Amino acid sequence: MTTLLLIEQVLNGLQSGIMLFLMAAGLTLIFGVMGLINLAHGSLYMIGAFAAAAVAGATGSFVLALGASLIAAAAAGAIIEIGVIRRLYDRDHLDQVLATFALILILSEGTRWAFGSFPLYLDVPAALAGPVTLPGGIQYPAYRLLIIGVGLAIAVGLFLLIARTRIGIQIRAGESDREMIAALGVDISKLYTLIFALGAALAGLAGALVGAIQSVQVGMGEPVLILAFVVIVIGGIGSIKGALVGALLVGLTDTLGGVLLPLALSGMMNASAATSVGSALASMSIYILMAVVLIFRPTGLYGTA
Amino acid sequence: MQREAVLNTLVFLALPAVAVIALVLDEPFTITLATRAAILALAAVGLNLALGLGGLVSLGHAVFFGLGGYAMGILASHAQSYAPLDLGLFVIEGTKSMPVIWLTAVFVSALAALLIGLLALRTAGVYFIMITLAFGQMFYYFTISWPAYGGEDGLSIYVRNSFPGFNTLDPIQFFGLVFAVLAAVLLIMGRLERSPFGLALGTARQNAARVETVGLSPFHLRLVAFVISGAVTGLAGALFADLNRFVSPTMFSWQMSGEFIVFIVLGGIGRLFGPVVGACLFVLLEHLLSGVSEFWLIYLGAILLFVVLFARGGVIGALAGRGAHHG
Repeated sequence: MTTLLLIEQVLNGLQSGIMLFLMAAGLTLIFGVMGLINLAHGSLYMIGAFAAAAVAGATGSFVLALGASLIAAAAAGAIIEIGVIRRLYDRDHLDQVLATFALILILSEGTRWAFGSFPLYLDVPAALAGPVTLPGGIQYPAYRLLIIGVGLAIAVGLFLLIARTRIGIQIRAGESDREMIAALGVDISKLYTLIFALGAALAGLAGALVGAIQSVQVGMGEPVLILAFVVIVIGGIGSIKGALVGALLVGLTDTLGGVLLPLALSGMMNASAATSVGSALASMSIYILMAVVLIFRPTGLYGTA
Repeated sequence: MQREAVLNTLVFLALPAVAVIALVLDEPFTITLATRAAILALAAVGLNLALGLGGLVSLGHAVFFGLGGYAMGILASHAQSYAPLDLGLFVIEGTKSMPVIWLTAVFVSALAALLIGLLALRTAGVYFIMITLAFGQMFYYFTISWPAYGGEDGLSIYVRNSFPGFNTLDPIQFFGLVFAVLAAVLLIMGRLERSPFGLALGTARQNAARVETVGLSPFHLRLVAFVISGAVTGLAGALFADLNRFVSPTMFSWQMSGEFIVFIVLGGIGRLFGPVVGACLFVLLEHLLSGVSEFWLIYLGAILLFVVLFARGGVIGALAGRGAHHG
């Protein structure tokens, strides 16, 4: 294996990790502040992707498509929060799991009803379709670099929002004592709707950005949702920093495992067996990573008990 | 509780009644539907021990369902091709015998439940939900990427496996077998709930500290419950695979795990017959609604949302009043 190929795979891992971070950040914020486990977060990812594909199809503009994904997912998030989620904050986790499972059924089948069962395609904008040459002569798709850049910018923005702004202070206060900040005159239900919509918008944006690389279809959100769960179990629930570290670990393990394991095994067995055993092991690698983290840190890398 | 006992008896007799009526009317498809309901009920009865009594919200019970299914698929496919399964250390002959397959399914899924339980039960609450979900996904992707037994396409078994004294290809005889298994498991589960173990497990759900003060370990209680629970769901998986004569990675899918929880809550959580009522209702709804609309899952979602938000006792709760409630 050449170094160039390895670097390319590391970049791919970073790219998928950064997209996982956008999903995991919203999930972990919603759990940290509202104490809610939201299975329907993957549906918001799907809504973002479908909104982007529909707008790109109608206008041809990728920037408008990204804007649409943010607005559609945030709006869907706000509606869901006000209509259903709000009633679940005081319930146990089982009720939350079931109600959000029901939301997945409704949102997925609703999308299938509106857009049909066939996947939609969202094209990468022409200006970004080609590769760029990185220092050291590495050819890498410009669009994937853009994704890494946008994701990192959002991560920085999110840290600043939470550390430096008034809303951020309220979010952190909400995490530690919700009765107290309500008593101090903060409209807690508005704050919750805002946080939920923010998490939804991040998921929707991730859906649109990834939708341009993969296809846009019903059910695209749930595999990503479960990966995002693995991320926040590794990082520690409620911690944005943990979400970032966990997302990059999962992204890199998943991508590099898929390439390196078959290669590593090819020394021990014939090529086709190495490929099949390697890819089967690679599909398990992130869960093994999660298990190892859990053995040593049951509350995740940055979690508090 | 009196009304619940009457209701339980009625529910319990309804399934064979439907099957016998269908036999008289010569509607084998309805018998298959009743068999399907009984098998899904068995899977959810297994989960109910961990979830209803133990308070362990496992979103990964499809792992055991799938393992049971593949235990049947792998053994039967080796019998079908007359090629023994070579595991390196020892060689296993394939088999078409249901009792052997059932025992294997129970053993394999209990072992998996032990390993998953040892890890997942170190945590609680929302971590536990996410971890069980993640392990489910691990098995799902493993079976998809492992090519030996059909990979993503699954594995077909041409002839249903055999049980001494029964013609399993006859729908009503197969239903009888499945129903007998369900009845036996319900009987054992009912005993287990009232046993010292069941009482301690229920108390560990409500107040773990109390269990510890009398010298019992909540972790061990939960682990034992999780293993038994996984084993029963695994047995249901073997039956489900035999019903369809087909196994595929979708048996491991997270939707499957979600549906098991749905059965329990539809029927009424914390009740022995809750999963049975829920599974029958689900199969009935699936059959009726999918005839009405291609998008029947929207209706199912709406019903489920209504039950969770407004009717927490499920069907049994609505009909029999409040009993032992999930706390």
